[in-house]
Amino acid sequence: MSVRVLRPGLLTTVQDEGRHGYQRVGLCPGGAMDPVAFALANALVGNDANEAALEITVIGPELQFEQDTLVAVCGAEFQGGFPHNRPTLARKGSRFNVGRAVRGARAYLAVAGGFGVEPVLGSRATYLPGQFGGFEGRALKHGDVLPLRDAAAAERFSKLKKTRDGTVKWSAPPFTLPDREPILVHVIDGQHYASFDATSQRAFLDTVWSVAPESNRMGFRLSGPPLGRPQADEILSGPTCLGSVQVPPSGVPIALMADHQTTGGYPRIAEIASADVARLAQLAPGGKVHFARCSLEIAGELRKDARERLQSAVRGIAWEYGKK
Amino acid sequence: MAQPRPLGVIPLGDSAAYVEFSSTLDLDVNSVVQRLALAILKRKVPWIRDVVPALGGLALHFDPDHAEFPAKPLEEALALVNESMKPALAAKDNPGSDVVLPVCYEPEFALDLAEIAKKAQVPPEEVATRHAAGEYRVLMMGFAPGHAYMGGLDPKLAVPRRSSPRAVVPAGSVAIANEQTVVYPYAISGGWNVIGRTPMVLFDARRQRPSLLWPGDRIRFRAITRAQFIEMAAAQ
Repeated sequence: MSVRVLRPGLLTTVQDEGRHGYQRVGLCPGGAMDPVAFALANALVGNDANEAALEITVIGPELQFEQDTLVAVCGAEFQGGFPHNRPTLARKGSRFNVGRAVRGARAYLAVAGGFGVEPVLGSRATYLPGQFGGFEGRALKHGDVLPLRDAAAAERFSKLKKTRDGTVKWSAPPFTLPDREPILVHVIDGQHYASFDATSQRAFLDTVWSVAPESNRMGFRLSGPPLGRPQADEILSGPTCLGSVQVPPSGVPIALMADHQTTGGYPRIAEIASADVARLAQLAPGGKVHFARCSLEIAGELRKDARERLQSAVRGIAWEYGKK
Repeated sequence: MAQPRPLGVIPLGDSAAYVEFSSTLDLDVNSVVQRLALAILKRKVPWIRDVVPALGGLALHFDPDHAEFPAKPLEEALALVNESMKPALAAKDNPGSDVVLPVCYEPEFALDLAEIAKKAQVPPEEVATRHAAGEYRVLMMGFAPGHAYMGGLDPKLAVPRRSSPRAVVPAGSVAIANEQTVVYPYAISGGWNVIGRTPMVLFDARRQRPSLLWPGDRIRFRAITRAQFIEMAAAQ
């Protein structure tokens, strides 16, 4: 009842929707960088929405299944591996061997029944800076054996209508993958937008930003022209949020991602619409993004649209499994 | 206690809002913010996931996919704050707990003692005495899990942050800057001036209350010897 890690890949971690309720003691929710692809992967194997899955980053792992396992991979497309965006029955002893990401940066591998790791503070998400959650609080390494929660869950595959080659005809849509770069990401003005000089305000919106190599699950550093404020006064430290765009004195903007700090003392030029954070998370280092200003109302509408699209896809998949 | 009024409500994207009371640090305002945060948490609003008291205001983190998430969250957030003001100010009980943190101020752990003494123009042996004599309050938590910004530092010890941050500050390091003190919950890079170390574990996700310190807690530091430090650290 397990999956063996033959090669860990660049950064493969156990993630779920994250842990809420601890931001007041400085712990961010964390969880899957692309929650949309994560949710689809779970739906594709008949899991509940928040079951733990593997987040695979830029260079994928090689895994071996120790028993028949129903799996699905969503999000970034990698060289090799399983068919994308559809459930696949991995036979006992078979290997999932993936190379580099060819489109997007992060894929989610879900197994029917989920991975058997204990929740910490209500979540199975790995929080790397604090070294807890997920599998021993760390990224996977060679030789790890990940337990599965339910060996019988592979049976679910028998419920699906299949084609002659034993796969399903349909697939889940790749909602968060960029068709082309730069991707467009909506932002509302940050608390300190007005304190930036006019050139910097314009540059923030006109520039095609590039995700810098030193980006990680905590934040994406954006390469482009340095941004400045005419009065470089210190601001009172305050709360931050997933998607806050901070500008430290270096002038290099940082977009806060899943494992972000919960407070910060740098001015925030923008706040990314929550619906677009998952798409930004699919940029690998070197990936290109530009920002478009929108109102809070539009950001709310984008969120609603994205949720409805995801819910309708999840409902469609559940129907294939005979769930209402 | 005077009733401060919110300066405004600032969206932190579409999933959170910051209700600002002051753009500078005011300990009285912060005290109200702490009470307000608890009063709002107590209401268990289903679409609010987290209430984060900060130095000059508080953040409300939303669940924007919740069925009861309002169409105008900023207005609702502000209304919630205003409605919670009365019960917050009326609450007899002081929010937060009293916590005593043992600290070893000996030179081995007081990495920046000489520099602080020089900058503050205070004899080195007086730095620890003054720090341990203070009564502190957790004004905000952030930077890392379990990392508390505590106000109440003796103004004589108010020195700026180090000009270049340390790549790794050892876990448990007690440090000061401006008129605040912090304790680093684990080894992490940081720029505050280190004056000692506590053997206590500030954050442990396996504990039922993972954080030793919570917003609004009242903190005192108790000087311990190196031998006591080693003994207490081993018992953790």
